Amino acid sequence: MNIAVLQFPGSNCDQDAFHLFSSGLGLPTSYVWHKDTSVGGADLVVVPGGFSYGDYLRCGAIARFSPVMGAVREHAERGGLVLGICNGFQILCEAGLLPGALIRNSSLEYRCMTCELVVEEAGPAFNTRLIGKRVSLPIGHGEGNFRIDAAGLERLESNHQVLLRYAENPNGSLSSIAGIRNEEGNVFGMMPHPDRAFERFHPSQDGLVVARAVLSLRFPEILRESA
Amino acid sequence: MKIKVFVTPKKNVLDPQGVAVGHALESLGLGGLKGTRVGKVVELEIEGADSPQFRAQLDKLCRDLLSNPVIEDYHYEIAGG
Repeated sequence: MNIAVLQFPGSNCDQDAFHLFSSGLGLPTSYVWHKDTSVGGADLVVVPGGFSYGDYLRCGAIARFSPVMGAVREHAERGGLVLGICNGFQILCEAGLLPGALIRNSSLEYRCMTCELVVEEAGPAFNTRLIGKRVSLPIGHGEGNFRIDAAGLERLESNHQVLLRYAENPNGSLSSIAGIRNEEGNVFGMMPHPDRAFERFHPSQDGLVVARAVLSLRFPEILRESA
Repeated sequence: MKIKVFVTPKKNVLDPQGVAVGHALESLGLGGLKGTRVGKVVELEIEGADSPQFRAQLDKLCRDLLSNPVIEDYHYEIAGG
């Protein structure tokens, strides 16, 4: 099981994501530079948080055209696992690998806090049985306000594609949506940071169970290792 | 030719910036304000002439990069084509 963490100019949670999977879960993890045209045979590609390309134009708008994203698209189309966190979620939406878009928080404020999140029944890799009814994860974003048209929201809900909802909506997101998956169920995106919730000094260690759940779709043994 | 691409939030998409700017305009005494939308303008200067092929390319670039069709509309003005 190999993990690849992408690095764009302006990524700033790449090391957090690296340590979540390498030290937190003890998995072979490597960085992949945005100019690479391959994800190096990774099983899971993590698109980390930060401010890729300065978030110029729109968050994630320029990153989606970087060479590595072609490889990420191919990986996803082959059924490979992808996890986008924060700016990574924004990039996956811009790339069309996830539906919807993230706009400025309704408060216009950058929100940096630990959020209680309600876990949804979103399929075999993400549900309350694997994760529990609630998790507590940090957020830190100015553009986390999830938007999609009415038909798109209806599709998300009826396909059970919503992974996480805020117990108290910090950013104005439609239906308090904090994270979603694609219809096929192999591409995951969330504004909260599992990569900032696994060390003893972090506000919670719930990032571990979330990361394991995502991996469990292809590697069910990861759940036994945690027991 | 000179091109101005205008990108604005879709009518049915919440525009938190527009709301905040609208409140500020009202607090500065503007009466009768019915709506404020904040978008952006991208100015391009291009050597070459306007043509249907160029328009098709420009539309694609507007959809793919300069705007996000999920949340934004765009239009452009071409001068000197």
